Amino acid sequence: MSLASASVTVRSTRPLLIENVSKTYGDGRSAIAALDRLTLEIKDREFVCLLGASGCGKSTLLNLIAGIYHLDNGAIDTGGRRVGMVFQEPALFPWLTVARNIDLAMRLQGAPAESRLQRRDDLLGLVHLEGFGNRRPHELSGGMQQRAALARALAQNSELLLMDEPFGALDAMTRDSLHDELERIWSGSDLTIVFVTHNVREAVRLGNRVVLLSSRPGRVVAEFEVDIERPRRIDSEAVARMAAVITDRLREEVRRHGR
Amino acid sequence: MVADPSRLADDLRGLDALDIPRHETGDRVRRVWSAVWPKIMAAAIVLAVWQVVVWSGWRPTYVFPPPAPVLSELGSMLTTAKFYRAVSITMQRAALGFGMAALVGMAIGAAVSQSRLLRRAIGSIITGLQSMPSIAWFPFAILVFKLSEAAILFVIVLGAAPAIANGLIAGVDHIPTILLRAGKVLGARGLSAWRHVVLPAALPSFVSGLKQGWAFAWRSLMAGELLVMIASRPSIGFRLDNARELSDAVGLLAMMLVVLLIGILIDSLVFGTVERRIRRNRGLLQGG
Repeated sequence: MSLASASVTVRSTRPLLIENVSKTYGDGRSAIAALDRLTLEIKDREFVCLLGASGCGKSTLLNLIAGIYHLDNGAIDTGGRRVGMVFQEPALFPWLTVARNIDLAMRLQGAPAESRLQRRDDLLGLVHLEGFGNRRPHELSGGMQQRAALARALAQNSELLLMDEPFGALDAMTRDSLHDELERIWSGSDLTIVFVTHNVREAVRLGNRVVLLSSRPGRVVAEFEVDIERPRRIDSEAVARMAAVITDRLREEVRRHGR
Repeated sequence: MVADPSRLADDLRGLDALDIPRHETGDRVRRVWSAVWPKIMAAAIVLAVWQVVVWSGWRPTYVFPPPAPVLSELGSMLTTAKFYRAVSITMQRAALGFGMAALVGMAIGAAVSQSRLLRRAIGSIITGLQSMPSIAWFPFAILVFKLSEAAILFVIVLGAAPAIANGLIAGVDHIPTILLRAGKVLGARGLSAWRHVVLPAALPSFVSGLKQGWAFAWRSLMAGELLVMIASRPSIGFRLDNARELSDAVGLLAMMLVVLLIGILIDSLVFGTVERRIRRNRGLLQGG
């Protein structure tokens, strides 16, 4: 399947560099430091899961990488990658059909009309939504909408995919299937993925590396390489064992705030 | 096992089939009937009350005639060229006035929704204008524009534009931020963000504003036609006033029914249809 690699330009293989990034909300006494001098390097084609309790600034970090928020301090270098994003809500445009949502992503990137039609159908097939292109978002289930949102993010030829708790609102079974789906798509592409979640098992199920962030302010407190063979299962013993280790570390971090 | 991609596809298909929302679409005849019969009932009740009031002898019938002669007068009026000339003069004014109000309202709405300064400066003035009875503008309009078409148009625009502007402003204000962020990540900035994200997202509220604007425009127009008589332009308002002068109560009530019916027809057929369509497309309508 042709994915981000289909673009004609030479693909960047430089790492994604996040250096000394700080972000504070509000000012004066009510100021909240969401991120404090956070530094992280993400390799090309890596699948990194950012894990943390509430208030660790994981979503903030994604929004900074995507350029939606402005940096207070530090620097982010995406290595020249085009950035796509999938949110917790599907965030599809309700006035467009699924196919047109995907098409708009390509149009906004300036893709010519002749190439868009074929690619649109390819992408619908990739996320197993063939035959649903003419539906409106509200006519699809939550899982299908999220797959459509993924297709839309891929449609912009993104090389760096930012996912902000994309499966958080889905039922367990749909979520498991979407894990399989995402793993399959990532394996067959050159995508670099930064995936935010507060679900430890999900992080271990998906990531090459799990990065644990502290809360208020967000900093990297621990990193875990996940050497479990793919394709993985969320209910496998290896995933459960590693998740237990990470959960302990996460609890320790959360307890710190109760004192 | 999950390793098998065709198995995954089957899993997804199964989940999709179970989860996909279902929409009941009853048959068309039934739907139309269920929309129409309450209106027929309401009309029947109004006519009955009207008839009872006439029977009570509250006013002599040459002042307040019963429904039957009024309806038959309306029927015969519909066959005269004079009637259609009046309707066409009035509707031309309505279209021109409402069109201008829409343009002005859109321009002001777009500007105010984008600028915090402008909003602080004139945001409340727009709402204030909306609550000002348009008939209060006529003495001024007549002073400035004399008894002319321009005076009527001026008041229609002042009456309708604030509602239209407010509709657009409210629409832009209430766009879910997630859609704006999604648009930004997709590369929609500046004008293309307006075209592809902001305007379509604000459309439902904007159409509500247009609908409200139409009601204001129609009211202003009727007031205007009663105050600004132009002899060469025998409009609906002109005929209303004529009927009063001739003490033609039957003709007057028949003409009033026309005013009411045109207002309702445009409101429900034009704006109602557009509104319903938008809401259905976006899944905002219950029972499709």
